[in-house]
Amino acid sequence: MGELNLVVLVKPVPDPSCYDRIEIDPATGALLRQGMPAVLNPADKHALEEALVLKERFGGRVAMVSMAPDSASETLMEGLAMGADEACILSDRAFAGSDSLATSRVLAAGIRKIGPFDLVLAGNESADGGTAHVPSQVGELLGVAHLANVIRMEVGPGGSVTARTRIENGYIEVRGSLPMVVGVRREINTPRYTSLMGVMAAQGKPIRVWRSEDLGVNAAEAGMEGSGMRPGKLSRPDYRRKGEILKGSHEETVRRIVAILRAEGVLG
Amino acid sequence: MPELKFTQSQEMLRKAVREFVEKEVKPIAHRIDVESSFPADVFQKMGRLGFAGVFVPQTYGGAGLGQTERAIILEELARHAAGLAMALMTHHLGVEAILAYGTDEQKAKYLPDVATGKKISGLAVTEPTGGSDVAGQLANASRDNGHWVINGRKCFITNSSNAEVNIVTARTGEDAKGRPAFSAFIVESGMEGFSPGREEDKLGLRGSSTGDLLLNNCRVGEGSLLGGEGNGMRMALGLFTKIGRTGMAAIGLGIIRACLEEGVKFARERVIYGKPLAKLQAIQFEIAQNRIDYEAARLMTYHSIGLKEGGAGADAEIAAAKYFATEGAVRAAKRTMDLMGGYGVINEYPVGRYLRDALTTISCGGTSHIMQIIVAGQTLN
Repeated sequence: MGELNLVVLVKPVPDPSCYDRIEIDPATGALLRQGMPAVLNPADKHALEEALVLKERFGGRVAMVSMAPDSASETLMEGLAMGADEACILSDRAFAGSDSLATSRVLAAGIRKIGPFDLVLAGNESADGGTAHVPSQVGELLGVAHLANVIRMEVGPGGSVTARTRIENGYIEVRGSLPMVVGVRREINTPRYTSLMGVMAAQGKPIRVWRSEDLGVNAAEAGMEGSGMRPGKLSRPDYRRKGEILKGSHEETVRRIVAILRAEGVLG
Repeated sequence: MPELKFTQSQEMLRKAVREFVEKEVKPIAHRIDVESSFPADVFQKMGRLGFAGVFVPQTYGGAGLGQTERAIILEELARHAAGLAMALMTHHLGVEAILAYGTDEQKAKYLPDVATGKKISGLAVTEPTGGSDVAGQLANASRDNGHWVINGRKCFITNSSNAEVNIVTARTGEDAKGRPAFSAFIVESGMEGFSPGREEDKLGLRGSSTGDLLLNNCRVGEGSLLGGEGNGMRMALGLFTKIGRTGMAAIGLGIIRACLEEGVKFARERVIYGKPLAKLQAIQFEIAQNRIDYEAARLMTYHSIGLKEGGAGADAEIAAAKYFATEGAVRAAKRTMDLMGGYGVINEYPVGRYLRDALTTISCGGTSHIMQIIVAGQTLN
C-alpha cells in the first residue's frame, strides 16, 4: 500500500461556550445560527487527528469536506492549521434544510469529486444535530464498508483495518480492509494543538467551494425537497431551579424534605 | 488613522494560543504560584508550538512571525499565568540578543534550540548596584590567552535557575572618552565558574524563577562574545525597549483582561440584596473602569509595537505602554478585589494572585518612575 488518500468530514457547529445565545425559529423549528460564532465540531477534530496520524505514518493527503455556507472557510482554517492539506466546502442554497440523508448524499458527491479515497473519517456525531447518521449513510452511498462509534483503529501496511467500536458494556473488535468510512468517538485520540507554524501554513492551503452543479446533485436529492425528515418540536430546556419554602418544626420540615426527595426519585 | 485590527492569521493564532493556555496552563496556574515553581514541561510544549521562537525565522526553527504575534501570546498566557508569561518574555530577550547581534555561527549554534524551547534563555544585566543604572555594573571580563574571564554577580535575573543559554553583560574596558565599556557574552549553564545563586521568594510572577547568577573566573571562548566588544550597553538598552518593555506591557494587558473577565463573571453570579451584583451601579462603574483600562492598554501596547515594527524609535510610546498597562493591571486587580468583597481575599479565587502579579510587573524592565523619565525625556527633547 502506498500513500493514503484521506478524507475527513467536518461540520462547523455553534461554539459550545455560546449555547446560551442559541435561538430556535418558532416557525420551522430550526436552529438559528446567524451571528453565532462557529467552531469545528469537536468530534470531527478527533477524526482529523486520526487522519493526520495516518498521513504521518503512510504519507498521502488529507482533504476536509464540509457541507456548509461559504463563510465556513474561516472555521475550516482551523483544520488546515492543524495539518489538513485542503478543504472543500459544498455550498449551495439548494442544500439548505437537508436532513441527514440528504446531507450524506451531498457529502458523498463531494468525496467522489475529490477522487479515489482510501479512508473517510468523520466525527461520530455533530454537537448540534447529533443524529450520528452521517458516517454510515455516506458509507452506504459510496458502497464501501463503514463503522460507527470507533474508539480505536489500526491500519496495517496492506490496507487491513482493525477497529474497536464502543457498545454499551464493552467493545466489538472488527477486522476489515480499506476503503472504508469510519465514524470516531472522542475516546479515540487527543487532537493536537494548533502550532503557530500551522497557522501560517494554513494561509496558503486551498479552500475549494463546490455548488450543486459542480457535484451533479439535483434538487430532488438535497435540501428540503430531498429530505424525508422534518424537525419535530424543538424547545429550550428550562433550567430554572424549583423553589419551595417549607414551614413548620424541624421534624416536620425534615419529614417533608425526605418525602419530596423520595417522590422525585432522589432517595430510594 | 486606520483602526487597530488584527489580521485573520493573528486572530487564528490568538485562538490557538488561547485553547492551549486554557487546557494546559489554566489548570496549573494556582499550583505554580503556590509552589513558586517554573513548569518546564509546559514550557517545552509551548516551544514545540512555536511560542519560544515566535519571531525567529523558520530557517532557524522559529515561527517566522513578529512582535505583534509575540504580544498576543504573552497577553493570552498572562490572562491565566503571568508568571509563566514572564519566563517566556525573558527567554525572548536572550533569543532576540542572539538573533539581532549574533554571528552566523552563533545563530546556527544556539537559535534552533532556543527557538523550539529545547533550551531556555535569559538576559543577565542587573546587579546589586541597580538594574536601570546599566552603567553601574561591576561584573567584568578580561582577555586571557584567547579566552574571556568573567567575574561578577548578577541579581534579580529571571530564569536564573532554568536558563541554559544566558546572555551576560560585563565591563570590558573603557571607551575613547574614558567611560566604562560593556560587552555581552553567551554563557551556557554548566560552564566552569558559572552557577545560579540564591533564588528569590517573590511577591508575584511566581511561575518563573528569579535569582542570582554567579560568575567566578568563568572562562568562555572568543566565540562567546556577542555583538562585538564594547557593544553590550547598546545591546542591553535596545533589548529592554524592543523586547522587555513591550513584553511587560503585554503581560500587564493580560492581567487586566483577567481582572475584567473575572470581575464580570463574579458580578453576574453573585446575588446580593436579591439581585446580581452586576445590577448595582457602583459595581458597573468598577467594571467600566476595568474595561477602559483594558481598551487603553490594548491600544497603547499594540500601537507602540506596531510603531517599532515599522521602524520607528517608539521609545516613549513603548515606555508609556509599559507604564500604563502594568499600573493599569494593579488598578484593575485592586478594583476587582473591591468588587468581590470578602471573596477577593480568599485564595480560592485568583484575583489576589492577579494583584501580586501586577505589583511585581512594575519593577520588571524598568519601574514606573523610570518609564516616566523616558517619556518625559523624549517629550522634552
